[in-house]
Amino acid sequence: MTEDRGGKDEASFEARLQAARRKQGLDAPKPALGDAKVGGMSAMGVGMRVGIEMLSALVVAVAIGWALDSWLHTKPIMLALFVLLGGAAGIANVWRLMAPAGKTGNTTRDKIGLDKVGLDKTMGPK
Amino acid sequence: MAAAAHKIDALGQFELASVFGPVGASVRFTQSNLLMLLAGALILALLYFGMRAKAIVPGRLQSMAEMSYDFIHGMCVDQIGEEGKRFFPFVFTLFFFILMGNLLGLLPFSFTYTSHIAVTFALALLVIVIVTVVALRIHGLHFFSYFFPDGAPKLLAPLIIPVEIISYLSRPVSLSIRLFANMVAGHVMFEVFAAFVVMMAGAGALGSVVAILPLGVNVVLVGFELLVACLQAYVFAILTCIYLHDAVHLH
Repeated sequence: MTEDRGGKDEASFEARLQAARRKQGLDAPKPALGDAKVGGMSAMGVGMRVGIEMLSALVVAVAIGWALDSWLHTKPIMLALFVLLGGAAGIANVWRLMAPAGKTGNTTRDKIGLDKVGLDKTMGPK
Repeated sequence: MAAAAHKIDALGQFELASVFGPVGASVRFTQSNLLMLLAGALILALLYFGMRAKAIVPGRLQSMAEMSYDFIHGMCVDQIGEEGKRFFPFVFTLFFFILMGNLLGLLPFSFTYTSHIAVTFALALLVIVIVTVVALRIHGLHFFSYFFPDGAPKLLAPLIIPVEIISYLSRPVSLSIRLFANMVAGHVMFEVFAAFVVMMAGAGALGSVVAILPLGVNVVLVGFELLVACLQAYVFAILTCIYLHDAVHLH
């Protein structure tokens, strides 16, 4: 009898704890996309990350295109092609970064990056 | 003196100069290398002297050492999973090397080695090589399926595969540019506002009153840069963990 109650309490305890935490406002609601602050990052921080993601994809693409051109002697063709591909890769990077949860392509990569690069976890132990 | 201060030399602070006289000059030992050694020594000293007490109730220094250990350990296990413990030494070293570099750079007369893209790109290259080697060792050739997501139409393969490869290769670039740009931007802002103080103070009595404004900005900037220093080290470490997670679990 007592053990029975113990087991039931265990299950409902989590639910009651959740409700209590919600009521006290201890669980911060997930910030919606488009807010000034996404996961604790300022709008400027998000803008900077997006810019860096796009820029780095382009840098890599131009480097590959340039190298292929000088190797195959096809002077402008590969560079032109890879600039387009680099732009696409940059957009893909940004999409992985900004996509709402559950819609990221194949993996969870980078999604965590935005959620957890807040200030809440940088300070103090868990 | 005021005349000389009219030019703002914002990038001069990033120039390398050899230390230890002719001996240092002959082996190109710069202040950057000196700060790197100092950073390493400080981390080792923190762990050695912090843990020497071995108290059950830790003192301040031991508490700091334990917290830094626990922080990175938790990050590895949270992000990578149980296998993440194997990468703990690597992530710990990376995080504290960058953190020490960022923080030591904020001291006066110091030098920020993380403000050189050669340093940050070398670190990022190390990360991406290790991630790729780990993925190849665990998954073998199956690793290359990473570049073509399941369920994508086969017709689009010639388009998706190059894009995915570029996206993968852009990781070290974005990782290094992010750290380097943040450090450079912060220190350039310091220099610019400090130059304003000198220029205004040299412009007469009214100028020295107004010079308090850029001085105040610099005080606020120091606080902001402390935050950026910790945050960028954290971002570098956690992105390393995320990439390692991808390497271990692939899809």
